[in-house]
Amino acid sequence: MPTIVVEVMPKAEILDPQGKAVGNALARLGHSDLTAVRIGKRFEIAVDGPVDDAKLDEVRAIAVDVFSNAVIEDVVSVTVADA
Amino acid sequence: MRIGVVTFPGSLDDRDAQRAVRLASGEPVALWHGDHDLQGVEAIILPGGFSYGDYLRAGAIAAKAPIMAEVIDAAGKGMPVLGICNGFQMLAEARLVPGAHTRNAHQQFIRRDQKLRVENAGTAWTSGFDAAQEITIPLKNADGRFVADADEIKRIEDNGQVVFRYVGVNPNGSIDDIAGVSNERGNVVGLMPHPEHATEAGFGPDTRAAMASGTDGLTFFTSVIESTLVK
Repeated sequence: MPTIVVEVMPKAEILDPQGKAVGNALARLGHSDLTAVRIGKRFEIAVDGPVDDAKLDEVRAIAVDVFSNAVIEDVVSVTVADA
Repeated sequence: MRIGVVTFPGSLDDRDAQRAVRLASGEPVALWHGDHDLQGVEAIILPGGFSYGDYLRAGAIAAKAPIMAEVIDAAGKGMPVLGICNGFQMLAEARLVPGAHTRNAHQQFIRRDQKLRVENAGTAWTSGFDAAQEITIPLKNADGRFVADADEIKRIEDNGQVVFRYVGVNPNGSIDDIAGVSNERGNVVGLMPHPEHATEAGFGPDTRAAMASGTDGLTFFTSVIESTLVK
C-alpha cells in the first residue's frame, strides 16, 4: 500500500519553545556547535489505491486545511514514500 | 435567553459555562459536537478543556466537528459566539477570529488569577464593562501564546479587535499582551482566561474585599443577554 508523507514545520519567525528546550539540552551535553533545533511534524498517510496527481493534490489540500495552520506553520513537502 | 454550550470529547468546563449562564439568568442548552443542531439557541459558547487531547494542534480537530458547520454559519449571520480557552483555540482554528496559539513561551502549564484590561467594551460579550475596565478572572492553559504576523496584528489593533489585554504579567508570551480578540463584527469573541470560573462569590478569584469573592466573569454572560434583548 503506497504511503504519502507530509512534513510540516513551524514558521521561521514563530518561537518554537520545544525546539529551544531541546537545543538547550544539546548545549548542556557539550554539542556547542549544534546551535539551534526546530521541531516539526511528519504525517504518513496510507493510501488504498494508486497515488496519482489527483490524489497528491487531494492530500496537498488536506495538508493546508487540516495538518497545518497557515498562521504558524508551513507545509514543507508532500511526497510519495518508496515502497 | 437560550445560550448553547457545546460539549466536545475532552471538554472540561462545559458544565461551568452552563452554570455561569444560569447565574446570569439565562437558560443554558447543552449542545453536542456530533450533532448538526443548534436547538434554536440565540448565542453559543465553546468551552474550555482539552478537546481530543490537544492532538495535532489545540482546538484543531474540534474545529472540524460536525456542529461547527452550524456554528460557523450562525457566527457569519451575527449570532454571539464566545470561545473560552480551548474554545478560543477552536475559533482561531476555524478562522472565526484572527491569529493562532502556540505553546506558552516558558513551556509550562500555568494557572493563576489574571488581571485583564477590557480594550473593547463594544462587543456582544463585553458591553456590560466600562471602557478600559480592569477585571480579574482565572487563567489556566499550556498553549496560550497568541500569535499572528505583524500585518495582522496591526489590522486587528486598528479595528479594535483586541478585546482583552493581560495587565501586570504577560503569562505566556502572547504578542502585544493580547488575551482575547474578536471578529470584525464583534459578535465572535475568544479569550484564553476563564470568565465562567468567576461568576459566583465563594468560587472566584480573591479580591481585596474577601477571599474567592471575585465575580468579574459574570458580566460576559449578562452582557450577551442584555445586548440581545436590546435588539
